[in-house]
This record gives sequence, C-alpha cells and structure tokens, in this order.
Amino acid sequence: MADDHSHSDHQEGFWSKYWFSTDHKVIGIQYGITAMLFLLFGFGLMLLMRWQLASPGVEIPLLGALTPEMYNQFGAMHGTIMVFLGVVPLAVGAFGNYVVPLQIGAPDMAFPRLNMASYHVYFWGGVVMLASFFVPEGAAKSGWTSYPPLANIETMGQTMWLWGMVLLITSSLLGAVNFLVTIIQLRTEGMTYFKMPFFVWAQFVTAFLLLLAFPPLEAAGFLQLADRLLGTSFFMPSGLVTAEGPLEVAGGGSPLLWQHLFWFLAHPEVYVLILPAMGIVAEVLANNTRKPLWGYKLMVYSVIFLGFMSFIVWAHHMFITGMGTAISAFFQVTTMIISIPSVVILSALFITLFGGSIRFNTAMWFALGFIPMFGIGGLTGLPLGLAPTDIPLHDTYYVIGHFHYVVAPGTIFALFAGIYYWYPKVTGRTMNETLGRIHFWGSMIAMNGIFLPMLHQGMVGMSRRLFDGGLTYSFTEGVIHYNSVMAVSAFVLLLFQLPFIYNFLTSIKWGRKVTKSNYWEATTLEWSAAPTPPVGHGNFATIPTVYHGPYEYSVPGHELDYCPQEVPIQLPDVADQTVEP
Amino acid sequence: MQIPYEVTARPDTGVNNAKLGIWLFLASEVMLFGGLFAAYVFLRIGADAWPGMMVYGTEMMAERADEILNVPLATLNTMILIASSVTMVMSWAALKMDRFDRYKLYMGLTILLALGFLVVKAFEYGDKFDHHWYASTNNFLGIYFVLTGLHAIHVTGGIVLNAYFWGPGTKLWKRGTPRDKAHFTNRIEVAGLYWHFVDLVWIFLFPMIYLI
Ligand code: HEM
Ligand SMILES: [Cu+2]
Repeated sequence: MADDHSHSDHQEGFWSKYWFSTDHKVIGIQYGITAMLFLLFGFGLMLLMRWQLASPGVEIPLLGALTPEMYNQFGAMHGTIMVFLGVVPLAVGAFGNYVVPLQIGAPDMAFPRLNMASYHVYFWGGVVMLASFFVPEGAAKSGWTSYPPLANIETMGQTMWLWGMVLLITSSLLGAVNFLVTIIQLRTEGMTYFKMPFFVWAQFVTAFLLLLAFPPLEAAGFLQLADRLLGTSFFMPSGLVTAEGPLEVAGGGSPLLWQHLFWFLAHPEVYVLILPAMGIVAEVLANNTRKPLWGYKLMVYSVIFLGFMSFIVWAHHMFITGMGTAISAFFQVTTMIISIPSVVILSALFITLFGGSIRFNTAMWFALGFIPMFGIGGLTGLPLGLAPTDIPLHDTYYVIGHFHYVVAPGTIFALFAGIYYWYPKVTGRTMNETLGRIHFWGSMIAMNGIFLPMLHQGMVGMSRRLFDGGLTYSFTEGVIHYNSVMAVSAFVLLLFQLPFIYNFLTSIKWGRKVTKSNYWEATTLEWSAAPTPPVGHGNFATIPTVYHGPYEYSVPGHELDYCPQEVPIQLPDVADQTVEP
Repeated sequence: MQIPYEVTARPDTGVNNAKLGIWLFLASEVMLFGGLFAAYVFLRIGADAWPGMMVYGTEMMAERADEILNVPLATLNTMILIASSVTMVMSWAALKMDRFDRYKLYMGLTILLALGFLVVKAFEYGDKFDHHWYASTNNFLGIYFVLTGLHAIHVTGGIVLNAYFWGPGTKLWKRGTPRDKAHFTNRIEVAGLYWHFVDLVWIFLFPMIYLI
C-alpha cells in the first residue's frame, strides 16, 4: 500500500504510522479492526447464552455450567459491546472516517489529531469494559440499559461500566464534532449539500444525533456514578429494602429519571445504528443497478426529518411505567410519525431496483438482503410503538426479535456490504466472490433461524433475560423447543462467518489485484478521483472539483454508463451523432 | 498536506474550522448541562420537601436553599467570573491590536480570576463538610455538588487551556508571520467562546440552586 509515498514520508516508525496516525484512512482501519474484534467477542458471549438457553445447566467446555450471575453479565455486556463497541464504531468510526473525506473531496478530516484522540479514547473505553469481567464479582449485570435501582446496588462491574461509557461517549463527541466540521467546511469546490452522496448525508445526520443525544446519557452516567460512589439518591426512591434489610440512603430520588435520560440517548442511538447502514446500502444499490438513486432528494429530506423526530419519541420504551395516558398518547403519535420517513427511505431504496440491469456481486447481495430484513425489523416495531399492543409485548422476546432484525440482518448486513464494496479501495485487491456468496446465503438463513422464532416466543409471552429460557413457565411449553433451533442456528451463523474471516484475511495478500482505480465504475469521488489503493496523507493528487450530482449512472446519450462527479457531463451534440445501425 | 480553512474563514459558511468546532462542542455541552438541569427540575418536582431532611433519619429540615448555601460568597463568585469574561475579551482585543504585552496581562488576569473562583468554591465546599453536609445528605445537596462540581471541572479545564495559551502556546504568535498571528488570535477567540460558556453556565446555576 502507498508504496510511492512511504519513501517520501520521512522515516515514520511503526507506532507513529499505524498506532498514533492522524491519517483518517489509517484511523478508519484501526476503528474497523477493533470494532470487528469486539463484534466477534460479543457474538461469542451470545453463543454461550444461547447454548445455556437451549439446554439449561449444560456443562460448557472450559467455563463449566453458567451461573445466573454469569448469564446476566454476558447479557449486559453482549448488548453494550455490540452497540457501543461494535456496530457504531464500525459504521461511523470505520466507514465514516475512511469514506466521508474521500467522498467530499477533502484531504483529511478537519481535525486530524482530534480524530486520533477519538480512536484512542474509544480503545481505552473498550479496555475498561473488558477489564470489568475480571473485577470481583465480574462485569455489569443489569442489562445494557442499566436500570436503577438494581444497577445502583450492583457490584463493582457496574462502576467500571459507567467509566467505560464515559470514555465511549467522550470519544463519540470528539468524532461527531469532527465529522460535522469536516462535512460543513471541507467539501471541495462544487460539492454543494445536494451533490453529496447519500452516505455522507447519513453520516452527517448521524453525527448530529451523536453530538446532541449522547451528553444527556453522560449526565445520567455522572448521576449514577454519584449514586454509587458518593451515596447520593438520585435514582433511589425512599424506603428501598433488599435481602440485607432497608437501604441506608436518603431516598427521594426516581428510577424513572434514569429511564428518561437513558432513552433520550438510546432512541436516537438506534438511528445511529441504522442511518449509516442505509447510507452504505444506497451507495451499493446505485452502483450496482447502474441507475440513479430513486428520489435522492426525498431521501435526504427524510433522513433530516428522521433525525429531528428521533429526539421526541424516547418514551415509547416506557409505556408501562405509568407515565399517564396523555404522555403516552404524545409519544405514540410521534412514533407513528417517525415511521413515515423510514418507510420512505426503504421504499426509495426498493424502487431504485426497478428497471435496473442489476450487477450481482457479494456487496450487492448483502445490500439486497438488508431491504427485507430491515423491513421486518421496522414492521415489527409498529406494534411496539402503540401502547395497547406494547403492554403485552414489552420485555418479551418479541422486542429482542424486533431490534435484532433491525440491527443484525439489517445493519450488520449493510456493514458487510460496505466491507465487500470498499475492500478493493482500501487494499487494492478484491475479496473472493464464491466465498462471499457462501457467507451471504449461510448468514441469511442462520440469522432468520435465530430471530424469527423470537418473535413467536415473545407473542406467547416469554420474557427476555430469563436464565433458563422460560423452562419454569407452563405457557412457554409450545415454543420452548425453539430454543434449540435458535442455538443451532447461532452456531451455524458462526460457521458461516469462517469463510468471511478467511476471505477477509487472505485477500489482503492473495486477492485478485484491481486493474483500474475506479474498480466498480462508480461516480463518487472516492472511486473516480482518488487512486486505488489510496496514497498516503492528502488523498488526492489534485483536489477534484465537482460538477454534478452523485448518481449520474446511465445518462442517456453518454458513452459510458457512469459519469464521475468530477467530470463535467458533456452530452454529445445531437447533430454530430451518427446513428449506428 | 494542508487542511483548508484552518485559519481563514470558508466564504460560504463565514467561519474557520475551529470556530465551527467550538460552537458544535458547546451545543453538546448545552445538552450535557441541560440534562442535569432537567434532572434537577424532575427531582425537585418529585420531592416532598426541598432542600429537605438535613440529617439522615431525623426531623431536621431545611426550608430554603439559602439556609444551607452561602449566597454572598456565590454572588462574589459570580462577579469574579463575569470579570474574568471581560478580561478574556480584552486579551483577544489586545491581540487584534497587535499588543502582545497587553494580551499577556489580560490573559494572566483571566487565569488569576478563575483561580480565585476555585478558591472561593473550595471555601464553600469546606463549610458544607464542616456541617457534615455531603452529597449523600439529600438530593438537593446531591445535585448541588454534582452541578457545581462539574462546573468547577470545566473551570479547571479553562484554566489549563488559558495557561497553555499564556505560556507555551504563545510560540505560534512569536513566529511572527501574519498568518501565525491570525491563527493564534483565532485560538484565543475559540478559547474565549469556551470561557464565556463556562461563565454562562454559572449564571444559570447560581439563581437556580442558590436563590429559587
Ligand atoms: C447475530 C446474532 C445475535 C444473537 C443470536 C443475539 C442474541 C441475543 C439474545 C438471546 C439476547 C437476549 C439476552 C437475554 O436473555 O437478556 C440479546 C440481547 C441483546 N442484543 Fe443480541 N444477538 C445477536 C446480535 C446482536 C447485535 C449485532 C447487536 C448489536 C447492535 C445486538 C444487541 C443486543 C442488545 C442491545 C441486547 C439487549 C441486551 C440486554 O437487554 O441486556 N445483538 N441478543
Ligand atoms: Cu426507540
């Protein structure tokens, strides 16, 4: 990589080049690798839990039988790791960092050193989270939502969780400021807002969500830290009694305060999980249907509207807390309204396929897989947004099924699409297509094997977070055997990640070399104007100027079926055109 | 490699990168303190008595905030912070007029005033501890310590930042080209925006906690 450059770049050592780098491309790769390792680790925790659920009390090699405490740790840390250390860093930290400056024609992020700091703070946040498994009585056990009062009286792992979150939030804030300034200030000449690729728009709105939604969780984290370390009672109501007798705290606080602050972040957070994914899918679809994204402007308006609305729907996670019907009514209405732009975006992506001569490659398959899977996730969310249907479904496996459809075969598939799509950009080599297909179809089937049964189990009434998978309840009788199906599917899913891991690692060395810089014949700057694989710091030999929108594919009367953004479109003069037979 | 608009403003946005960055950062800070203010309101609405019980398990109640908190000292601190905001602006103005000696003077004053604020704050805290009033005593004192503590951390951050720009950070100015000087002046403006924000937070905190 970057051979011609490493000579001129004065004797950089390994550490300064790969660890303390300020180049957004290196930082993107750092984020990507770290996040993928965390995803694998979080997946491992889940495999153990699924094993336990399928056969409660089973002796797991090396670990022995899981205790309820271990199960709770794994559950809480699975959620935390997947969301805050896996998906978001991969979607925003890796793809955002690597692709956004290239797509807008910038030499780097606006604040390269801040960018480096953001990665390092994230890394140490992850270290704190992992270290928490080894403190006395283990990691946090109160779920990724950390509801007090339980979380307040939990063991030391919860304090570690809070410090870890403070670091992760700080990292996100640094990143968000950097993305926003980069997109607002460093767009190259001609790159107006409405000429930005949809992926950039998605990252732009995501950065706003991170900037404004995370601080209230940080505030909540400080308050919970005070409760745990200074003995305050912000989240402790009066008169709490535990197995050890009445708690000696002043009381007078409110557990609901935590829930409000938490979900004020965590609802926008789900859009942080999904918007970059939509952005990636939009890029891959436009490129492989060889036609413009349908309704680009509509999609942009939708994503902006979605960003705004996501701040006023949070209490749909709290319908059963007794907020009162008026407040519930408000949040039901806003929740129904916010589903509209999501449907618009998904429909636009779907309509984009219409009449295209589709180029099927692995990236495209994953992008295509995203559409129905996210569709199921979104549709199963509607009943949860309405209090009458949410009341029986809340805290059941239905909820777990719902959000996993959005995030696992939804977002994660989009991230896979992104990996297959931009891999040649980063390495100059392609990933193997056959292994890619195996990876896609295996994952598709296994994912549904895991999450579809959850929806049914939940509708029967099986609660989430049960250590024995619902064994002790008679009403679960008809659906409890699904637990075995899900466990097998989960291991099958692991199996089908092996070709991906192999493919990903070996293609760096042995993948087919890309012969031309614009490998996918794409219109956006990262392919059309920047060399593949990229040069070192600076990105472009000369900073390109942009002349038209991002998806000028198959422009009538144009020779090539793609018109790069930095090349003015010159429709051949009609009179000159000699009509070939 | 040169990042565009590090020093000069981008024509269509009218700002340079750092200035936009600080405004966005301050927006997130508004949400941080906003979250805590919201928590304050939420707790107070839900409380039976405010500030409430002063010794755990007794009938000793406080009816008003000023029975516990020292309003004159806090008023003094408000003055100190406002004064430091003024000197901060003057230090920036001095750079604009190319008066580096004046800059050193005003920036030095800003730092001293901020230190003065922290000293007064330390006396206030010490007084609470002498009465055995801690964050755990009741939610009024809890939120008082969290809010003023977080604010004090911000003040400390400001002092570190300003001290850097008073000492080692001046190297940039001393390089002496117009671009370097403009760059340094921008930095002081950005530091100033942060400092005014810290001041502003206090101006909200003071009446909310001490007076009403
Ligand atoms: C792909 C295979 C996955 C499987 C089989 C799986 C399985 C599970 C299960 C069984 C639970 C419920 C645990 C309980 O009893 O409380 C759960 C919770 C959760 N999962 Fe996953 N998961 C997967 C992927 C992901 C991904 C990619 C994310 C990332 C966004 C994620 C985020 C969560 C969250 C946030 C929770 C809630 C944790 C809690 O409430 O404590 N999962 N998952
Ligand atoms: Cu939500």
